[in-house]
Amino acid sequence: MIAFYLFATLTIASAILVIFARNPVHSVLWLIVAFFNAAGLMLLLGAEFIAMLLVIVYVGAVAVLFLFVVMMLNIDFARLRSGFTKNLPFGLMIALVLLAEIVIAANARQAGPLINAPTSTAPVRPNIVAVGEALYGRFLFPFELAGLILLVAMIGAIVLTHRSRGDSRGQNIPRQIARRPEDAVKNMQPGVGEGMKL
Amino acid sequence: MHPILLIVFLPLVAAIFAGLGGRVIGKTASKVITTGALMVGALLSWPIFFAYLGGSAQAEVVPVLKFIQSGALDVDWALRVDALTAVMLVVVTTVSSLVHLYSWGYMEEDPSQPRFFAYLSLFSFAMLMLVTADSLVQMFFGWEGVGLASYLLIGFWYHKPSANVAALKAFVVNRVGDFGFSLGIFGTFLVFGTVSIPAILEAAPGMSGSTIGFAGLRVDTMTLLCLLLFVGAMGKSAQLGLHTWLPDAMEGPTPVSALIHAATMVTAGVFMVCRLSPMFEVSPDALTVVTYVGAATAIFAATVAVVQTDIKRVIAYSTCSQLGYMFFAAGSGAYGAAMFHLFTHAFFKALLFLGAGSVIHSMHHEQDMRHYGALRKEIPYTFWAMVAGTLAITGVGIFGIGFAGYFSKDAILESAFASGTVAGNLSFWIGAFAALLTSFYSWRLIFLTFFGKARWAGSEHVQHAVHHVHEEAGEIADDSDSSHDHPVKVHEGTAGYHPHESPWTILVPLALLALGAIFSGLAFHEAFVGAEAGAHFWHGSIAFDAHLAHAMHEVPLWVKYTPLAVMLVGLALAYRNYMAKPGAPAAFVAMFPHLHRFLMHKWYFDEFYDWLFVRPSFAIGRIFWKRGDEQTIDRFGPHGAAVAVGIGNKVTTRLQSGYVYSYALVMLLGLIAATSWVFWWAS
Amino acid sequence: MIGLSHYLTVAAILFTIGVLGIFLNRRNIILMLMAIELILLAVNINLVAFSAYLGDVTGQVFAMFVLTVAAAEAAIGLAILVIFFRRRGSIAVDDADRMRG
Repeated sequence: MIAFYLFATLTIASAILVIFARNPVHSVLWLIVAFFNAAGLMLLLGAEFIAMLLVIVYVGAVAVLFLFVVMMLNIDFARLRSGFTKNLPFGLMIALVLLAEIVIAANARQAGPLINAPTSTAPVRPNIVAVGEALYGRFLFPFELAGLILLVAMIGAIVLTHRSRGDSRGQNIPRQIARRPEDAVKNMQPGVGEGMKL
Repeated sequence: MHPILLIVFLPLVAAIFAGLGGRVIGKTASKVITTGALMVGALLSWPIFFAYLGGSAQAEVVPVLKFIQSGALDVDWALRVDALTAVMLVVVTTVSSLVHLYSWGYMEEDPSQPRFFAYLSLFSFAMLMLVTADSLVQMFFGWEGVGLASYLLIGFWYHKPSANVAALKAFVVNRVGDFGFSLGIFGTFLVFGTVSIPAILEAAPGMSGSTIGFAGLRVDTMTLLCLLLFVGAMGKSAQLGLHTWLPDAMEGPTPVSALIHAATMVTAGVFMVCRLSPMFEVSPDALTVVTYVGAATAIFAATVAVVQTDIKRVIAYSTCSQLGYMFFAAGSGAYGAAMFHLFTHAFFKALLFLGAGSVIHSMHHEQDMRHYGALRKEIPYTFWAMVAGTLAITGVGIFGIGFAGYFSKDAILESAFASGTVAGNLSFWIGAFAALLTSFYSWRLIFLTFFGKARWAGSEHVQHAVHHVHEEAGEIADDSDSSHDHPVKVHEGTAGYHPHESPWTILVPLALLALGAIFSGLAFHEAFVGAEAGAHFWHGSIAFDAHLAHAMHEVPLWVKYTPLAVMLVGLALAYRNYMAKPGAPAAFVAMFPHLHRFLMHKWYFDEFYDWLFVRPSFAIGRIFWKRGDEQTIDRFGPHGAAVAVGIGNKVTTRLQSGYVYSYALVMLLGLIAATSWVFWWAS
Repeated sequence: MIGLSHYLTVAAILFTIGVLGIFLNRRNIILMLMAIELILLAVNINLVAFSAYLGDVTGQVFAMFVLTVAAAEAAIGLAILVIFFRRRGSIAVDDADRMRG
């Protein structure tokens, strides 16, 4: 129980700090903290595979990517615009309304047994086995599609950011194949002592 | 195939060929087709006329096509031929074919000849439809058709702004008359239930004394109808009040003035009154109005003609004046005399106009008589033609022998006196005075143009001819204005210019018309106005009053000699002022400057109409445009809608800031709204 | 006793923080992307919580898919951001108004 409140509080706190941090690098770091704590929450729920996945993929790949980009771009630090504080009350109000509605919706169902269910049942079998069976069984097709999505994202990222350098020389295969002997070789008869002009 | 069908429709076919295909068939073919069509018409018309003269022909109606059959309204296209029609056929086809021939020479250098000839033939067709009309609707069709042709022809040289303005003025003033005419036709249909002319004329006497409600008043039916129809005649025949268009119509080429504004179109009003004379006979009040209007026009136009310096304007006002004569003759009951004067007037007025055109042609388009003089020896044929015309119009003749005008004008004056009414008597005196003025200004024209010393040097046109090479093609070969060709008979004041006689295409029509001007009165006066021969000739086609015709010959001797006397007085005055003592006119003007100015401004009619009608119309138009259209209709309509869209656009654009976060905010708000709605309203 | 509603509440709070982050953000676009990641994280927590309490592993499988898509989307989003930076020289949010109407 303490674990839950700890993880929950830290998650929320670091999420808030993501938004409010001045230095973007700090924002990314707070994001990483939030991810870690969320993974902790999931561990409490008994979904250890998902939790580890969260750490590996989100933190290890996505957040690092964020960090790379943040550091690559020359970002103006601390350019806190005036609109930030001006809109804050309004934004907060909207956010609170939204929060209230989600919470009410979440609690609206007469899901008695659900709410009062034990924290986590002892796993009949390991989580990873259960996930693996579902993934390669029922959800095979979506799984393949997800892989396709990743492939597309990969290619897309490369295509989008690819710049062709002006001075790089590549091969033009069709031109090479279409080359004819008479273009390549030319017989010349130089006189004695004279040079050759191409 | 009845010849009348050929007479009427050949000009239409020719007009279509020349008008639409002029570019394809070329100008020579256009000229030949149109002139040929009219000449065929003329050759067919004279036998018809002689048949009626001989008394062997009967009135007949040749149906052409069914037109309207709607309820009680039954209108057909049909051509009516009777004595009155025969007279008009002869007049229209003869003058029109001669004008066509004349235009070969006069319009030689013009680039749009096919268009001109097509318009001339179109006009002839419309006029022929008018005179052969068996129903008021067909007459109105011809009425409008000649109005259209007049507009097209006055504005023929449409590059000149003054021509366009004049054409528009003619059309608009005519429109006012046509409005009255239409009301008359509507009233006639309402009263008689038909628009067929014979039926109306037969039923007319039965309506005498009945009344009809008009504009809230109770008025005599026939008087109202006749007055409304007469308003149309006033517009078309340029009577006082609706006359302002006629002088400006001289902007058109001279052949147009000769054909339309002398011989045919302006006489359509007289024709209409004569055709509907049985109707007019039922309403003595209308006849009185006609008489007064005619007399007023006659004297008005004569006074204004006296001070004109443009040769065509003199003749135009002369036409206006002579039309006044015809109307007061009709008003006095002498329809035969009115038609007779129409007949002779067509010949000598066309002759005068075409002669003036010949003079203008010789003087290189100079129209101001102050720059003429001493042309008698230079253009002798034209001179003799103009003299013949002037002798005709002034009515020279004695003891039963004379030129055309002698018979017709005297017939009018005698009939007016003999009618015995107050209006008739007054018309006689007014007409006599107008005859004096007519003689004066006609001889003035001759003296100024053909006699005296040459005053050509002051003319811009002549200077242009002498100093510059002609730009128009076709002039280079035979038109040499230098003195090398043959000896110049006049030397001083000529500025080296030598006017040459016009080509045969101009002179032949002049000669033929001169024949008509000289002999038509002598030949036909018995048939038109003679007591027995007239009744026999007209045979009911007009309300010929044999009694009046008889009384006409019984008037006192001094009445018979009055026209001759005033003619001589006018001649003497003109001779004194323009031959013997050339300084006299200037002295006279200096004595009466206000009178002179009054006449020069045409009795200030144009200024008056401008103040009364034109400016208020413009003001009303401006109000409707600015207040009504722009500020009201546009503001709440299209323009306002556009502006509202723009405003809405500006407001909505603020939502499109381009910032993703604000879009996200809007999405979030929408989500919250939807969720709230689900929570609190839908459940 | 920690029940489902607690987890759901946490997720809800995370979600609203992420949403706040999107439109309160006036500094740079990376912050926006990070806020999106927070939202996705909240959703993940939700899914896993439901999966645990319903005893159905489908939730976790779906959470994995969400993870996949989030990673792909982060990659592409950052690539676009890099290009945007190349063209504009800055990633200030106020400069990204090319879609202004």
